Amino acid sequence: MKIQIKKGLDLPIAGAVTAADVRSVPAATAAVVPDDFAGFQPKVDVAVGDSVLAGDALMHDKRFPAVKLVSPLCGKVVEVERGERRRLLKVVVEAAGDDFKKFDLTRTTPQDRIDLLAESGLLALMRQRPYDIVPAADVRPRDIFVTAVYSAPLELDTARRIVAEDKALLELATGFLAEITTGSVYISHRASWTLGPVQGAKMVMVEGPHPAGNAGVQAANIAPVNKGETVWTLDIETLRRLGHLLRHGKIDNRATVAVCGPAVENPYIAKTIIGAPVEALMAGVKTVDTKHHRIVSGNVLVGTVVAADGYLRYPYRMLTVLDEGDDVDEFMGWASMSPAKMSVSRTFPGHFLKRLFRPDARLLGGRRAMIMSGEYDAMMPMDVMPEYLLKAIIARDIENMERLGIYEVAPEDFALAEYADTSKIPLQHIVREGLDYLRKELE
Amino acid sequence: MKSLKNFFDKARPTFEPGGKLSALGSVFDGFETFLFTPRTTSGPSSVHVHDAIDSKRTMIIVVLALMPCFFFGMYNTGYQHWLALGADSFPFWQLMLYGFLAVIPRVVVSYFVGLGIEFAFAQWRKEEIQEGFLVTGILIPMICPIETPLWMLAVATAFAVVFAKEVFGGTGYNIVNVALVARAFLFFAYPAQMSGDKVFVASGTALGYGTAVPDGFTCATPLGQIATSTATDSLVTVTGIDGHAITTWDAFLGLIPGSFGETSVLCILIGALILLLSGMASWRIMLGVFLGGLGMGLIANLTATPTYPASFMPAWDQLLYGGFAFAAVFMATDPVTAARTNTGKWIYGILIGVIAVLIRVYNNGYPEGAMLAVLLMNVMSSLIDWCVVQANIRRRMRRLIVKTNANE
Repeated sequence: MKIQIKKGLDLPIAGAVTAADVRSVPAATAAVVPDDFAGFQPKVDVAVGDSVLAGDALMHDKRFPAVKLVSPLCGKVVEVERGERRRLLKVVVEAAGDDFKKFDLTRTTPQDRIDLLAESGLLALMRQRPYDIVPAADVRPRDIFVTAVYSAPLELDTARRIVAEDKALLELATGFLAEITTGSVYISHRASWTLGPVQGAKMVMVEGPHPAGNAGVQAANIAPVNKGETVWTLDIETLRRLGHLLRHGKIDNRATVAVCGPAVENPYIAKTIIGAPVEALMAGVKTVDTKHHRIVSGNVLVGTVVAADGYLRYPYRMLTVLDEGDDVDEFMGWASMSPAKMSVSRTFPGHFLKRLFRPDARLLGGRRAMIMSGEYDAMMPMDVMPEYLLKAIIARDIENMERLGIYEVAPEDFALAEYADTSKIPLQHIVREGLDYLRKELE
Repeated sequence: MKSLKNFFDKARPTFEPGGKLSALGSVFDGFETFLFTPRTTSGPSSVHVHDAIDSKRTMIIVVLALMPCFFFGMYNTGYQHWLALGADSFPFWQLMLYGFLAVIPRVVVSYFVGLGIEFAFAQWRKEEIQEGFLVTGILIPMICPIETPLWMLAVATAFAVVFAKEVFGGTGYNIVNVALVARAFLFFAYPAQMSGDKVFVASGTALGYGTAVPDGFTCATPLGQIATSTATDSLVTVTGIDGHAITTWDAFLGLIPGSFGETSVLCILIGALILLLSGMASWRIMLGVFLGGLGMGLIANLTATPTYPASFMPAWDQLLYGGFAFAAVFMATDPVTAARTNTGKWIYGILIGVIAVLIRVYNNGYPEGAMLAVLLMNVMSSLIDWCVVQANIRRRMRRLIVKTNANE
């Protein structure tokens, strides 16, 4: 099967990693941040001072107690941080030893299998549609969409790092998931995929610009999510982690992280673990200037800002460093004809140049009502009408949200539209709130 | 620039809540963001980089696209005035100066009244000043006859900004085109002054410059002449002020009486090129309006009858005379009031073209229909989009039903 994506955009941003510089970054501590897992209502299972194995539960979900977030490290819990109204912010584990929890792998029924995913923390690394949340642990998904396409700005092509030896793990995991879903397991890949078909999965070749790699785009083009249906989405790295669990009975806490971005002079690939400290990852990173910087865990479209003493956040794939821009005074920037301005608009000379840009985090304009039409459409290769869906969400009009396809979308699908928006409206935030509202109203 | 920035930094506390001039906070903010790109950065978990385009640049591009028409309007105002005087030489710079002096009070009044209201509303709502009126403010003097009294222009602008825009929530929320509401207000509120023979040609002195034209000349617009013609079997020959026959070429260049900025199809096409190349306007709408007008013009011409003298016009001329081309390029394409879906844009555009010619030909009371056609379709655009969106919804529902049936 082949999907040709026409709408979308590959942001030409400087600071990509090269394959050459790969370093091992040991992590003395690691953190799990429940906020990363939409839909997960954390209830902490450990206290400061407790010893945990890698794979031991740190917290569970109030909705589905079987769903855990597990410790990426073997060691001691050193911090349980809470915010306002005792909201759990993060749990930090300090490394001591190298022992892993052994999971019981004898699973027969689909529910048994989902429970294994839940207990091992792997379910939390997946997402379900509708709502773009951690999958409900009592629903068999209609289909499972695995993406091996990494198309987001500066993203490391993790699929290329899946080597031939891993193929057996992928097939093991695919077979396991195939027993859970009532439909099929799909794996999307680029033309450069060298491993051939993965047994048990339907292979889908995807061509075109970002968001080609979003699993939701794949789902939208193969079998969109209807009301009442549930599909799961995950990336190939998570599939490999599942294969590792099924082969060895223990979690795979390793993470390959691209430390990159327009403000980084020497981007590199870090071999580290899930939830590693930012400080360790940033050690030895030289920035191109001394301006204020913003460290984003994730890519520039859907990442989260992390503090210099913070931790790598889900999906544990990259740190992007860029200029904050709050120390820049630009005279009449709206009239600029500078070739250094990145834009989809043909009114900027940079639009016509084959070059890489060093954008900062400024909005570059004031927030306005939706004025220009068609801007969002051009960035969404899905059969939804983004403007109308967004308006239904803003109006909290559940009937029209459903009719316009809210079950098919996740905030990340609106990220490029948010980038290109003349009116600088926070679209992803609106969609997230809409999904949460809908879930609350319907459950 | 550093010193200018320091000046703003120093002045800011005065305009912030609690400061002496806090009532002008929005105005201060408006000027500051105009001069310096705001430092506002992206939220902690949103998109972290944004496209360099913003609504200031968007609006200014549209104003730039209007400039060829504006400059031509200056020349033509002078040219028509000289013609009315019976001159036989047309000194370029004197014509331009006369046109400039004739129009500049109108531009000032339009911006002063409109922006004043915008600033007041922005301050009242504690919002940033929005750029929409930058375009509206230049459009209003361009689509009105040059002899419109200034006080009428002020009343019409105030009416349009308050009742067509601010009551709906400001730029981006209005249902109908604000500039056209101002024009329609003039047309319906002061019909005696706004139509007839004299209003389209500057006859007095412009701020004391030039010579006043003695009474007794007539200078109806070509469409006005056609609408009132009594010829029974063919199109009346339209004439300019000096009595010479107006050719298709004159109409294309725009050296004919008409509203200030609307006469030159050539300059409108240059503006269209700017809008389309910069991606600011929808080519679907523009093309739709021209195709619709051409189609309806053909039908009208094929079934020409003396009852409706304008039906003798060749279809091609329908696009060249009056405000048709200007409406197609600058009015119909306003993204806020136009249809927003791609299919909807085609339907919206074509219907504007059809209705404009329909009104022009079959309603002798209104020699020009482009303005009314755009206003009517502004109101209908949401309905058109609704129908297009229903198609998407139906596709989704059908999928669900097929699925449910298969499972049963």
